[in-house]
Amino acid sequence: MSKKNIIVVGGGLSGLMATIKICEAGGEVKLFSYCPVKRSHSLCAQGGINACMNTKGQNDTTWEHFDDTVYGGDFLADQTAVKGMCETAPKLIKMFDRMGVPFTRTAEGALDLRNFGGQKNKRTVFAGSTTGQQLLYALDEQVRKWEVKGKVNKYEFWEFIKIIKNDKKVCRGIVAQNMNSMEIEAFRADAVILATGGPGVIFGRCTASTICNGSAVSAVYQQGAEIGNSEFIQIHPTAIPGSDKNRLMSEACRGEGGRIWTYKDGKPWYFLETMYPAYGNLVPRDIAARAIYDVCVNQGLGINGENRVYLDLSHIPAEYLERKLGGILEMYSEFVGDDPRKVPMQIYPSVHYSMGGIWVDTKHNTSIPALLASGECDYQYHGANRLGANSLLSAAYSGTISGPEAIRWSESDDIGDELTDEQLAAAKQECVDEFENIINMNGKENAHKLHHELGDLMNRYCTIVRVNKELDFCMGELKKILARWSDIGVNDKGHWANQEAMFVRQLRNMILYAMVICKAARMRDESRGAHYKPEFPNRDDEKFLKTTIASYDPETHEPKITYREFDHSLIKPRPRRYDVAKGGK
Amino acid sequence: MSEQKTVHFIIERQDSPDSKPYTEEFLVPYRPALNVVAALMEIQKNPVTKDGKKTTPVVWECNCLEKVCGACMMVINGKARQACATLVDHVPQPIHLAPARTFPVIRDLQIDRSVMFESLKRIQGWIEIDGSWEVNTAPIQNPYTAATAYEIAHCMTCGCCLEACPNVGPQSDFIGPAPTVQAYLFNLHPFGKFDKEKRLNSLMEKGGITSCGNSQNCVQVCPKNIKLTTYLAQLNRDVNKQALKNIFDK
Ligand SMILES: Cc1cc2nc3c(=O)[nH]c(=O)nc-3n(C[C@H](O)[C@H](O)[C@H](O)COP(=O)(O)OP(=O)(O)OC[C@H]3O[C@@H](n4cnc5c(N)ncnc54)[C@H](O)[C@@H]3O)c2cc1C
Repeated sequence: MSKKNIIVVGGGLSGLMATIKICEAGGEVKLFSYCPVKRSHSLCAQGGINACMNTKGQNDTTWEHFDDTVYGGDFLADQTAVKGMCETAPKLIKMFDRMGVPFTRTAEGALDLRNFGGQKNKRTVFAGSTTGQQLLYALDEQVRKWEVKGKVNKYEFWEFIKIIKNDKKVCRGIVAQNMNSMEIEAFRADAVILATGGPGVIFGRCTASTICNGSAVSAVYQQGAEIGNSEFIQIHPTAIPGSDKNRLMSEACRGEGGRIWTYKDGKPWYFLETMYPAYGNLVPRDIAARAIYDVCVNQGLGINGENRVYLDLSHIPAEYLERKLGGILEMYSEFVGDDPRKVPMQIYPSVHYSMGGIWVDTKHNTSIPALLASGECDYQYHGANRLGANSLLSAAYSGTISGPEAIRWSESDDIGDELTDEQLAAAKQECVDEFENIINMNGKENAHKLHHELGDLMNRYCTIVRVNKELDFCMGELKKILARWSDIGVNDKGHWANQEAMFVRQLRNMILYAMVICKAARMRDESRGAHYKPEFPNRDDEKFLKTTIASYDPETHEPKITYREFDHSLIKPRPRRYDVAKGGK
Repeated sequence: MSEQKTVHFIIERQDSPDSKPYTEEFLVPYRPALNVVAALMEIQKNPVTKDGKKTTPVVWECNCLEKVCGACMMVINGKARQACATLVDHVPQPIHLAPARTFPVIRDLQIDRSVMFESLKRIQGWIEIDGSWEVNTAPIQNPYTAATAYEIAHCMTCGCCLEACPNVGPQSDFIGPAPTVQAYLFNLHPFGKFDKEKRLNSLMEKGGITSCGNSQNCVQVCPKNIKLTTYLAQLNRDVNKQALKNIFDK
């Protein structure tokens, strides 16, 4: 038997979890990442990770977690997949605890739990306000152990460019580029897992890291992988608007008692509490974001007439705030200059998370054999809207599925022959030629300015409120931006750490992905979860209780949109409301 | 048109690891709450020097822009710090940017910190678990000890403390405050403790804790306010005790 040789692209929570599972099954991993995996975007997660620990006397059950997730996702998530995730969640927390994650504890030393949006029970395990950092570090440490044992080879500061298929159209390798030496190399594998995270940077400013560009997803989409539910982009209600990025103020602020308000008739108006008495400030993100948008844009009641409202913690004792939210309060003081323990913070919604992504089955297989996807880059688990603290869970959980499934591929006869030397050389040469063409671009456009325009466009038309006429316009503009991409001029002609040329390659992928988001939004004539169209204000289960599938058309560079049935057999769809308590199961 | 307010940057650049450094100056349009990374992004959009010369965009490393990933550490007006969390309003102009030369320079402000990750291997910076499968429930932990662990676990391997430490550099093989103090973190854990001796022994070897000169620079620059010197002192005691024990156990 040959060695089980898996390539994992991405060292966030999902890629690292998959890597550990592969090593435990006797496999070997080549792990690719833009950055040292310890610096992956997962560390931005602040609030926590959901798991039914049931240690707060609330009779919480995994079924309730399952139901909250399906309901919160407006019934668009594959229910068998979600059920598996919710049932495994408590075991994952115990694993993280054994790995040494410094979770916040109760006085008796047990794991503490906090409230999060869209859930009535305390179900969110957390490490202060830096949960993602602590979870990522724990997996990073375990992977380092496997690295010492020689089972993991890290390719950090390498950019994934594309996959390579064999004669049977099975994915058996990748092409990647060293970000310092610029050398482009082709690699063989038995199977490939993409765990490359979300596409937030397509929107310019968002709450994500600068490396969350969706470029890898777009690359495999152009090679035949389908994208699912791409129109569902989560807008987080509470972020600090910024010109370089919007910095998130965790939902934990509301979970710990934070209140949202603005002035109306000279008096504070706690509008979420008035509009949604059952959940109040703890309504899910899509609901809160839309309410803030409505109050600012339609009613003109933002602070000083600007697009901002207050997120207020100043009524909560400072010592309590320090222990539960210290990290992010410090961040607010540092980047804004005000002390949120004393004065209310000023926030506005921002692009935050993509529910959609590469289409996968419940084993995380994409539509290309032996190519798997897990973590935020896949479309699974969250349907039309993700509940807070469910994505650290889905990222970690999906890695426990994709890793073993990749091992299964490596032991199967279905993967056919490994790539020949000629196939590797040809794939590499294509990428070398493409890169040389980019370096030689001498047009008028600046890639970073063009990206800025792309972000403005996507932010204006493809976020909180969507209107068909405007989406048509947006699609037209995206095509123009794609055409202008060819007229970019590259300033840096060198072959050493040329970030500019790499960015130009990423930008083209981002534009093509933006078209997928825009077109999918245009086609879905209903309102569901994060996707809201005033022209079609209701959910339309008859037509749209289906997964949106986008596949790339190489002729037009545009997506073809179709719809696919999915598994919603366990919980019957019911209306989703947060003004009254969630009704029966 | 009225004069637009600008921010003046003097940036130490270097094209490759072996080439000679040089400086270039830039004027970036001012706006409130502008930070150093946002200013470098402006230079990407318009890579033209103060004197109107077209140049290549400045190369640096960044990811999160929230001071948690550790990527954008550089020397700003002589002090090692995170560029994303440095607001131009808070530092005097002209603002000097330079790479942290304790580490090999890759290009411009981008440096190679792989040595720090290697040191984490040396101190066995992980908890030895049997596997990711179900075993036992992890033990209850004293919440006060857990709070200390949480503090140290914020270390983002940014390298500020190595840049500031007079004992890290070609003259010494000290692995530096950050990786050393990580050993203390793992020794606090209920079963991380089981490998305490291994970690302490690794710190007795060359470049270990005896190379710390107690200059106290590290604690002043740590962007996460980790009480590095406190834990270094504690570790020093632990290492000495272990050394005695090693002698008696011979
Ligand atoms: C500010 C913020 C706060 C959040 N808070 C929470 C929270 O409290 N609870 C919660 O559950 N979720 C939260 N989330 C969401 C959650 O953090 C992410 O969805 C999750 O961490 C994604 O993990 P991942 O493993 O899929 O990807 P990531 O952690 O994004 O990792 C992606 C990896 O892929 C690599 N990569 C990407 N493209 C390439 C390429 N082309 N070549 C090579 N490598 C590549 C990157 O280097 C990186 O290693 C938050 C998100 C944000 C933005």
